[in-house]
Amino acid sequence: MSTPHKRITKARDGQEKYERPNKNNSKEYKKSRDKKLKANLKRMDREYAQTISNAAATDYLLPESSGYMETEEEMEKTFRVKQREIVKDVDVSTANKALDLKLNEFGPYYINYNRTGTHLLMAGRKGHVAAMDWRKGELRAELFLNETCHAATFLQNEQFFAVAQKKYTFIYDHEGVELHRLKQHVDARHLEFLPYHYLLATAGESGWLKYQDVSTGTLVSETKTKLGATTAMTQNPWNAVMHLGHSNGTVTLWSPSMPDPLARLLSARGPINSIAIDRSGYYMATTGKDKSLKIWDIRNFQELHTVENLPTPGTNVSISDTGVLAVSRGPHVTLWKDALRRGKAARPCFGSMGGNPNRNTPYMTHMFPSNEINNMKFVPFEDLLGIGHEKGMTNLIIPGAGEANYDALEVNPYETAKQRQEQEVRSLLDKLPADTITLDPNTLGTVDKTASTTRLSAKDLATITIGAEKTKKENMDIPSVKVDVKGKNSGLRSFLRKKTQNVVDERKVRVQKQLEKEKTLRQRKTKIHNNEISEDHKDLVDEALGRFS
Amino acid sequence: MKIKTIKRSSDDYVPVKSTQESQLPRNLNPELHPFERAREYTKALNATKLERMFAQPFVGQFGHGHRDGVYMIAKNYNNLNKLASASGDGVIKYWNMSTRQEYASFRAHYGLVTGLCVTPESLSKNKNENFMLSCGDDKTVKLWSVNNDDFSNVRSDDEVTTQGLIKTFDGEHAFQGLDHHRSKPTFVTGGAQIQLWSTERAKPLSNLSWGADNVTTVKFNQNETDILASTGSDNSIVLYDLRTNSPTQKIVQTMRTNSICWNPMEAFNFVIANEDHNAYYYDMRNMSRALNVFKDHVAAVMDVDFSPTGDEIVTGSYDKTIRIYKTNQGHSREIYHTKRMQHVFQVKYSMDSKYIMSGSDDGNVRMWRSKAWERSNVKSTRERNKLEYDEKLKDRFRHMPEIRRISKHRYVPIVIKKAQEIKNIELNSMKRREMNERRTAKDKPFVPQRKQQIVGTVFKYDEKRRRRNIDDEEEDVDSD
Repeated sequence: MSTPHKRITKARDGQEKYERPNKNNSKEYKKSRDKKLKANLKRMDREYAQTISNAAATDYLLPESSGYMETEEEMEKTFRVKQREIVKDVDVSTANKALDLKLNEFGPYYINYNRTGTHLLMAGRKGHVAAMDWRKGELRAELFLNETCHAATFLQNEQFFAVAQKKYTFIYDHEGVELHRLKQHVDARHLEFLPYHYLLATAGESGWLKYQDVSTGTLVSETKTKLGATTAMTQNPWNAVMHLGHSNGTVTLWSPSMPDPLARLLSARGPINSIAIDRSGYYMATTGKDKSLKIWDIRNFQELHTVENLPTPGTNVSISDTGVLAVSRGPHVTLWKDALRRGKAARPCFGSMGGNPNRNTPYMTHMFPSNEINNMKFVPFEDLLGIGHEKGMTNLIIPGAGEANYDALEVNPYETAKQRQEQEVRSLLDKLPADTITLDPNTLGTVDKTASTTRLSAKDLATITIGAEKTKKENMDIPSVKVDVKGKNSGLRSFLRKKTQNVVDERKVRVQKQLEKEKTLRQRKTKIHNNEISEDHKDLVDEALGRFS
Repeated sequence: MKIKTIKRSSDDYVPVKSTQESQLPRNLNPELHPFERAREYTKALNATKLERMFAQPFVGQFGHGHRDGVYMIAKNYNNLNKLASASGDGVIKYWNMSTRQEYASFRAHYGLVTGLCVTPESLSKNKNENFMLSCGDDKTVKLWSVNNDDFSNVRSDDEVTTQGLIKTFDGEHAFQGLDHHRSKPTFVTGGAQIQLWSTERAKPLSNLSWGADNVTTVKFNQNETDILASTGSDNSIVLYDLRTNSPTQKIVQTMRTNSICWNPMEAFNFVIANEDHNAYYYDMRNMSRALNVFKDHVAAVMDVDFSPTGDEIVTGSYDKTIRIYKTNQGHSREIYHTKRMQHVFQVKYSMDSKYIMSGSDDGNVRMWRSKAWERSNVKSTRERNKLEYDEKLKDRFRHMPEIRRISKHRYVPIVIKKAQEIKNIELNSMKRREMNERRTAKDKPFVPQRKQQIVGTVFKYDEKRRRRNIDDEEEDVDSD
């Protein structure tokens, strides 16, 4: 037998980042008398600590560092820096990424990036759809559809994309060949693709939320929101729950397996304009037509910050991988750092109000003169914010907005065609079933501890069932004689009616007798009421004969 | 103003030459890996399905097998690919396991070969030399040489060959069971008496018998090399110590023990195959109860063998199946059977614990994988990592209903299934009866499952233990 040796796990700095949310961290098992179980759980705890420590140790192997913009003097403000100054300051390769496409004819443009951030999809309202490798400047597909296009999204990779058109939603391949017309998705205005479940979710004018499985082609679920047209939609990347915004100011959370929303939040006093959720699934930001901006902690559904009375209503909101919050109003874009935190100092503000250091002043701002922003998306793994507007699209450089270190086995911006194909096969093998979408993605494989408490204990169950038996046995369930009710409404009468008609048993006879008694008492009462007999009248003959009945 | 943006040069990530591997940087931040639990579960489910898909336990049979039932198989503890087998017609064969062909084959005894073992390599002068010892009903023990070159021309067991026969030991009774000492040139035989022999002497060195009954199997401990276990036809298990040349412990069970195997990693534990359909795991330091009971067979267990890792055992049974158990679990994790395999009399693990050899009544020596889905080809690092990862995932999610259902599912012959059902009904009725009896007779003692098979022990283990505890307490008091 090997001698048990105690391994001491080194706790490292920055280890919290790698900790998994664990509801069951009580050490209750130490009380358990089951030695095998105890040893097993202890070993698991030890392995977990070791894994976390090892993961934290890889921190300094990360090859890239994230961007930043810092002031050197007190009077300098980061939000005063113009884009053209930034372009001058940064290196050539980043400056080249500040794409600015002037497309005056078919705007306003809806833009979207694929998961690796290499490809850009643009859908002009007047029917111009283009997919391109924007880093290389290669156009992959260009379509002039001659009908209104509202939204577009890439599917599992850049090989397929879906476009929400005037009536139906269509799926095109990388060359722009129409593959499918999704005739069940009528009047879609918002498209979201859930990459791990292979689901395309649509919502729009019809007020229906529909999920289409793009790997099998089946419609997984369709739900009526019963809240009119959907004004905003986004997915929670952490648990794949869909957040829909409605014109009455509520935000509803949906899972394809449930007919009702998982949660409803009242987030504005007018229609919701836009919703954004950060990648950890902790925070949600919404803007409404009532000029409000709200930031929610969606772990416990509490409001963190409320900004009422924006100068104009915020039309779009977006949150980057590092937690930079971007809000657009008409031609303006405003960005805040650290807005997703509790406390007054984190509340987003527009000005410094005389240099108050405890205010969260904007990190950056930008304005498109005589233009209007249609939508905006942060580019994955880049310090860029893509903006689709009336006159084309623009990439703004936002230092410190992107995740610097990607995981090549998850999403690889530099993947080759071969790697992309292999990744597709792998992700199809690991496709998650649609009905596993829940608020807590870690419920799978856990034991529902509440089940035993909601269940009745054997003792309680016995008192209920045996009690019912007992009342029946002692004829407690036969209604009592009531003189006041009319004969038709007598409880005894309805009890008799419920009993089998053609069987005369002891209980039936008993009830019939009771009914008879009730009848005579009732008749006597009416007689007293009509002053035919006195209250203490005793029919001696009846009493004498009564003993024979 | 200091401005810096992410500067990712594609030269660092995209391979420049076609021979270069592309960079695959990792970032273990859990935020980049959503649905970790759900995805791992899906992977575990797929891995379990693949495991069942690749489960092909049967590798093949050895040569053309024997002409009679195979009642003895002996491993060569020093060599991975050598195996000896003996059959009911007195023929012994020595096999090459990698080619599954025989090296040598002799007609050794008149009648049944009842004992067989390969002597340890350290006893021979040159490295490639191997000896076999066999005993039979014809009152002889024979020592054979199985050098490759000696028998290259002998391929037939039709004639009695004297080639290779080195020595014959004559005994006074028919022998049953034979085993060689791990390092010393001594061996032990069972039968009417249990006798200790030296390879250099013609007569036995000593007689170890305790009680007058027949000894059916003898087995040396391979770690504590002077400890020896035997089973008798009086349902007893006796342990001997050669250093004092005397028996040390004895227990009697309700039914006969067919075979014994010592745990190769924990020298004090051994497992026995019993006639009552079970195998029992004992600790020689306290034989008043079994450490574990291995159930599931529906007929007598004929042989049992430990995996060299010491955490699994294989059993062969008269119900024509082979089962594999983990030592810390009571039910089998695997059942092997084929249409043509008859009552299994011998099962042995190979010395790398990857294969199982079985000898059965139908005269064939069969080779099985100990893990039905495992393949022993050379694997690339990626493949190996994937398999290790899958094993871990399967283990982690093994309690999930879907995964458990798939991994537990086995096709079992209808005969055995039926027998299992009947046996369950019988056992349940016995249990119910006992429970009813206890309801009326309150003083009826409760006997745990692990003690039920024991009729009696020579030592009173329980009392001894209690006394020791009392002693400890007294000592504590003294020290205070």
